[in-house]
Amino acid sequence: MLELDVALERGAFLIEARFASGAPIVALFGRSGSGKTSVVEAIAGLVRPRRGRIVVAGRALFDSAAGIDLPPEARRVGYVFQDALLFPHMSVRANLAYGEGLTPARDRFIEARRVVSLLGLESLMERRPATLSGGEKQRVAIGRALMASPRLLLMDEPLASLDAPRKAEILQYVELLRDELRLPIVYVSHAIEEVTRLADHLVILSEGRVLAEGSVAAVLAREEIVPLAGRFEAGAVLETRVSGHDEAFGLTRLAFAGGELLVANVDALVGEPVRARIRARDVALALEVPRQASFQNVLEGVVDAVGREFGGIVDVDVRLGAGERLVARVTRASAARLGLAPGVRVYALVKAIAIDRRSVGFA
Amino acid sequence: MPTADELRVVALSLKVACWGVGASLPLAIATAFVLARKRFPGKTLFDAVVHLPLVLPPVVVGFALLVLFGRQGPLGRLLEPLGLVFSFRWTGAALAAAIMGFPLMVRAIRLAIDAVDTRLESAARTLGAARARVFFTITLPLAWPGVVTGALLAFARALGEFGATITFVSNIPGETQTLPLAIYTFTQVPGGDEQALRLSVLSVLLSLAALALSERLTRRAGGARDA
Repeated sequence: MLELDVALERGAFLIEARFASGAPIVALFGRSGSGKTSVVEAIAGLVRPRRGRIVVAGRALFDSAAGIDLPPEARRVGYVFQDALLFPHMSVRANLAYGEGLTPARDRFIEARRVVSLLGLESLMERRPATLSGGEKQRVAIGRALMASPRLLLMDEPLASLDAPRKAEILQYVELLRDELRLPIVYVSHAIEEVTRLADHLVILSEGRVLAEGSVAAVLAREEIVPLAGRFEAGAVLETRVSGHDEAFGLTRLAFAGGELLVANVDALVGEPVRARIRARDVALALEVPRQASFQNVLEGVVDAVGREFGGIVDVDVRLGAGERLVARVTRASAARLGLAPGVRVYALVKAIAIDRRSVGFA
Repeated sequence: MPTADELRVVALSLKVACWGVGASLPLAIATAFVLARKRFPGKTLFDAVVHLPLVLPPVVVGFALLVLFGRQGPLGRLLEPLGLVFSFRWTGAALAAAIMGFPLMVRAIRLAIDAVDTRLESAARTLGAARARVFFTITLPLAWPGVVTGALLAFARALGEFGATITFVSNIPGETQTLPLAIYTFTQVPGGDEQALRLSVLSVLLSLAALALSERLTRRAGGARDA
């Protein structure tokens, strides 16, 4: 459980952030300069908030009212930096051992051997950081943080300096940490694909304020955060399970309470949970089931709200059978022609190919 | 081959230089760290005082030492009961050498500490290391080539120190007569040129040896980092 309520100053910039979550992975999302890094630095104790409270697993790390301000070395909060920051004068082995030796034996929850095999570091142990690739450095940095047996792991844009294949690789390791070690993680990112794939609880920061927080599906369905959150497109997230594969056509069926989606083949076993993000611009609306159309997915629902208009375009919120939400982007002209208003029964048409593979992750 | 007298002069010079550098090195590292990492009122003045021996005529430094650390000087009287006597002793020559070399040492070490990424220190702290441990395991090892360079510069300065030494502790054979003072003495007597030349050659050899040693130490530290 992480509880945070802080006000901190970075130069003339004031950051006021407040959120609480017991989720396995909390994502802090926002464009650069939104105050994400300052918030995690405050959790680690690297910057001192002007006032506020930070509590991790029931232990106050900072509480201005009670006069508590633990130094970073007493917080037991691991920190994985964007650029790894391995100690250049030590071997990988010595980097990994650095924090382990400083952790009392009774507080250690993971052995060196396990960290090494979990992150695949066996062949790197005697190397120097300067000889490692970006992805290898980041794996060692994660391992180094784990060896200090932290109660919370902060990851500040750990993928930002990596190429796409390395990103995918490290993402898998992050999921492994969450599932194997049950280590709570605060994950900072400005990339929506990483956030939809990993996060359970999403906090959106903009100009030093929390703009929205909550479950990924709920937060991403709110279209008013779209222009503020930067590189991010309006859309909805559905939590689904693989219900079957259609080998002949290379399709995967994803079931959720309110219906079923057909998507291009997803590499997952039947029964595995999958999170699908559906962009608003890939959803069209109709008043009756279209016949002889190329749309693979037709979902029945009710218009919940006709959202903000920008230019000739409007985003329409649709509530599906079991309460899931979709966002459809239609022209104002179509909205008027179809008489779209709250309560109107509609069919949401989703292209099978509209589901972005990269954002289909294990929920 | 050098004579026994010449060897005695060389040994005295080495003793003075080693003690001068060795005893002031920890203080130089501390000063460099404070100048590189801390902000406090009066820092500019402190910086200037540290660098003073670099810009003052050595004779002025020697005279100041004589006034402060002489038998009747305020610091000299304070330290005498503790068994620390500087005036007209080799210890005084070491003190003069230390003060003349101090700014060179501080400058080199400060530059090296400035070049250490403070975020590496932050990373070490999140791993459970308190400030002192971070300094000895991260900052100092990474600044090591600068420490070696600074120590060598100060050592070379100590071997060549003349003005402050002769003003403070005079030119006493076997006690304060280091290489430069001995060379100077030989140039002042008729027919002493040959001996002055022999000592000069020894002085050059000594400096070259110190340079070679520091190259080795720096390369070892640098090599450890890039290997």
